[in-house]
Amino acid sequence: MNALPQFDEANAACPVAATLICKHCGAPFQGEGTFCCHGCAAAYQLVQSLGLSRYYDQRIADPSQPPTRPDETEIELDLSAWTRPAPEGQKELTLMVEGLQCGACVWLIEQTLLKQAGVVIARVALSTRRLTLRWRDAETDPEGLVQLVSRLGYRLVPCDPERLASAADQESRQLLTAMAVAGFAAGNVMLMSVSVWSGADQTTRDLLHWISALIAIPAIAYAGRPFFRSALTALKARRTNMDVPISLAVILAPSVSLFETFRSGPHAYFDSAVTLLFFLLIGRYLDRRARGRAHQTAARLLALNAVAATVVEPDGRQHSLPPSQLRPGMTVLISPGARAPADGTVRTGTSDIDLSTISGESAPLHCAPGDRLFAGTLNLTGPLTMLVNAVGDSTLLADMVRLMEAAESRRGRFVRLADRVARRYAPVVHLVALTTFLGWWLGGGLPWTDAMMIAVAVLIITCPCALALAVPVVQVVASQRLMRAGILLKSADALERMTGVDHIVFDKTGTLTLGRLELQPGADPALLRIAAGIAGNSRHPLARALLRAMPDATLLTGAVEHPGSGLEWSGPDGVWKLGSCAYAGEAEDGATDHVLWLTGPNGRKQRFQFSDRLRPDAEAVIAQLKAMGLSLEILSGDREAPVQDLAQRLGIDHATARLSPVDKVARLEALAKSGRKVLMIGDGINDAAALAGAHVSMAPASGTEITQSAADIVFQGDRLEAVPSALLLARRTDRLVRQNLAIALLYNLSAVPLAILGFVTPLIAAVAMSSSSIIVILNALRLGRARLGAQGVGARGLT
Amino acid sequence: MTVLLFLIPVALGLGGVGLAAFLWALRSGQFEDMDGAAQRILFDDPEDKTQQSS
Repeated sequence: MNALPQFDEANAACPVAATLICKHCGAPFQGEGTFCCHGCAAAYQLVQSLGLSRYYDQRIADPSQPPTRPDETEIELDLSAWTRPAPEGQKELTLMVEGLQCGACVWLIEQTLLKQAGVVIARVALSTRRLTLRWRDAETDPEGLVQLVSRLGYRLVPCDPERLASAADQESRQLLTAMAVAGFAAGNVMLMSVSVWSGADQTTRDLLHWISALIAIPAIAYAGRPFFRSALTALKARRTNMDVPISLAVILAPSVSLFETFRSGPHAYFDSAVTLLFFLLIGRYLDRRARGRAHQTAARLLALNAVAATVVEPDGRQHSLPPSQLRPGMTVLISPGARAPADGTVRTGTSDIDLSTISGESAPLHCAPGDRLFAGTLNLTGPLTMLVNAVGDSTLLADMVRLMEAAESRRGRFVRLADRVARRYAPVVHLVALTTFLGWWLGGGLPWTDAMMIAVAVLIITCPCALALAVPVVQVVASQRLMRAGILLKSADALERMTGVDHIVFDKTGTLTLGRLELQPGADPALLRIAAGIAGNSRHPLARALLRAMPDATLLTGAVEHPGSGLEWSGPDGVWKLGSCAYAGEAEDGATDHVLWLTGPNGRKQRFQFSDRLRPDAEAVIAQLKAMGLSLEILSGDREAPVQDLAQRLGIDHATARLSPVDKVARLEALAKSGRKVLMIGDGINDAAALAGAHVSMAPASGTEITQSAADIVFQGDRLEAVPSALLLARRTDRLVRQNLAIALLYNLSAVPLAILGFVTPLIAAVAMSSSSIIVILNALRLGRARLGAQGVGARGLT
Repeated sequence: MTVLLFLIPVALGLGGVGLAAFLWALRSGQFEDMDGAAQRILFDDPEDKTQQSS
C-alpha cells in the first residue's frame, strides 16, 4: 500500500486511468476491471463459490487500515512441528491471523474452514487474533486449509499457544476472580450497612453486623491475597510499598469491627474494608490487563516476523522447522527474500546479502560458498544453502546479548513516582494511626478498644485508595490511548522514563528510513507495467517492489527466472529481459543503489532504481522534535556518505557513521554521564545494546526480535510520528499523575484531622473514600481525549 | 423485623447465584475474547448446523 503515492505519479501521464474501488479488498486502484490484482479476483471467486458473499455486505472496512491483499505466490508449508494431537484421531493447531479487521473477517474465516470436510473446530479470537483449528486427521490436511485462508487475503502463521499464554494472563484472571468476590461482598455488606445507618439498632443491628462479618471476612481473606502477597514481599525485602498500609487497613478494620460486634458496639467498618478492596482490585486489574495486552501484541508481532526455517536433509528431502529447533550441522535453504534463520556458512549458491539489520550498512554484500552468514540477514537474489554453525555462545546474537546485558546493568535503577511517594507516605500513615491510638488511649483516657476504633478510622481514611488508583488509572488510560495509535508500552515505567527525555538518538537504516527497497519514481508507466507483469513471477524483493509500484499489472505468465541474475519473458513481439546490469547487457553505472534494467525488442529499455526510502513523515517529525526543544543525533553503522546526506536533509547537526555496537553504547554512556536523559530509537541487531543502555528506548515493529525485546516501547506502522506522540502523551500523563496525587493528598489533609479527632463514622468514611476515588478516576479519563500528533505538537511547540 | 430473617438469605442467595454464574463463565473461557463476542452477534449461524458439532 505504501507504493500508492509513487504509483500515482507514475500514472500521471496515463489518460485512461480512472480510480476504481477493488471489489474484494476495497482499495482504490487505477486501471480496468473490478479487482486491483489477481489475488483479489481469486479471493472474490472463492468467497462466491463458498456461498459466503454476505461477507461483503457485513464487513466494516477501516480506510486507515487497508486489508492485506492475497499473496499470489503460495508458500510451501509444513505444519507438522506445530500440530498437537487431540482426542478421537483429531489434530489441533493454533495459528496467528494477520489482516483481521472486524467481525466479518472472523465470520468469513470460520465459515470458510467449517465448510471444508473434516474440520471440527475453527474459532478465531478477535482480541488475541488467534485461530484454533481442529480437524479429523484422516479427512483433511492442515496445509491445504491454511492455504485456503491465505487465498482470502489473510496471513496465517503457526504459533505455540503455551508460549504465548503468559503468566500475566493467569494473573489477570486471578484478579478478575478476586474482583468478582470482592464486588459481591461489597454489594451485600453495603446493603446491611445502609440498614444500620438508617436506624436499625439493638439486636437487629447486631444481627446485621454478624451477617456482614460472615460475608466480609472470608471475602477479604480471599480477595485480598494479591495485596497481602505483595506487601509481604516488600516487608521481607525490608522495604515498604503502597500495599503495606492497604493490607494493614483491610486486615485491621474487620478485626476491630469483629471485636466491636462481639461487644454489640454501634460502629463496624466491614463495608469500608470490602469496598476499599473492591476499588483497589479494579485499579489493579485494569493496570494488568493494559500491560498484558501490550505484551501480547508485542509477542504476536514477533511471532509474525519469525518464519520457519527450511531444513534440507542429506537425502534431499525438505521440511520446515521453527528456528529455535535448528541444530549445528543442519543444512538450511534460504530462498531469495528470506532471512537467514541462524548463523552459518554458505554451502552452495551465490547471492547478495542485505546486512542492514546487523551493521546498518545499506548497500548489499555479495556472498559465495564459504562466506559467513548471520541470523537475521536478508538474502536478496539467489537461493542459498547454508550449514548451520554453533548455536550457542559463539553466535553473533549471543555476543550482542552479552553486550546488551552489560549495558542494561550499567543503566541506573529507576524508581517510579508512585513508589517514591509510597515510600515516604506509608511510614507517615502508620505513625499517625499509632499516635492517634496512643493519644486517645493514654492521653485521652478512652478504653483501648475505642481508641483502636478511631485509629482504624484514621487508617481507612488515609489508606491510599485514591493514591493507589491515582497512578494506575492514568497509566491504563495512557497505554490504551497509545495502543490505539499502534504504540505498545513494554515496560511499566516506559512513560515515566519518557517524561524527562531531552536528547534523542536515532539509528539510520530501518529507523529513519523504512529499511525496505522501493522503486524511485520516474520510470515510463508503459514499460513499468510490462516490468511489473514479468516481476509478478518472482519473489525477489526488487520484483516485489516493482509489483507494489504497479499493483494492477497483468501477470505475464511464462517468464523464466535465472536465479541471481534476472527474468526472461518471450512476448508476442520478442524477448524481454528484466534483471541486473550485466544480465540485461547494460553497462554498470557505479550507482550505489539497487538497479534493475528492463530491455526489450526494438531497443526499448528502462532503468529502474530502488532505494531505501525515508519514513514518510520523518522530516515533519524531526522538525516537530526540534520545536519541542530536544537535541537530536544520528548514530549509524553505515558508511559516511549516506549518513551525512540524510543528516543534512533532515537538519540534524550531529551524525556519526561507521559505529560498532560497542561505540554506540559508549556514546550513550558518555551522554548519560553528562546528565542527558537519552531516548534511543533503533531497529537493528547492532542497536540492541544501545537500546538497553539508554534512559528509555523505542523500536519499530519491523525491527529484529532482539531489539524489540530490548526496547521499552515498540511502535507499529511506517510513520515516525509515534515518537512525538509518545513523548507528548508521557508529558501529559506525568502532569495528570501529579494532579491526581495532589488531589489525593489534599483529600487526606482535610479528612485526616477529622478522623484523628474521632468524628469519622463508617458512613462518612464510605462517602469520603468513594468520592475521592471517583474524582481521581474522572481526572484520569481526561487523558483519553488528549489529542496526539500534529495539532497537539504545534500547541506545545510554542510554549 | 422477622421479615429480615427471610429476605436477607434470599438476597444473599441471589447474589451468590450471580457470583457463581460469573465464576463459571470465567472458568469456561467466556471472557477470553471480549472483542470477538461483541462482533459475533451481528452474524447469523451457518444454515448447516451439523458441521458445527462439538
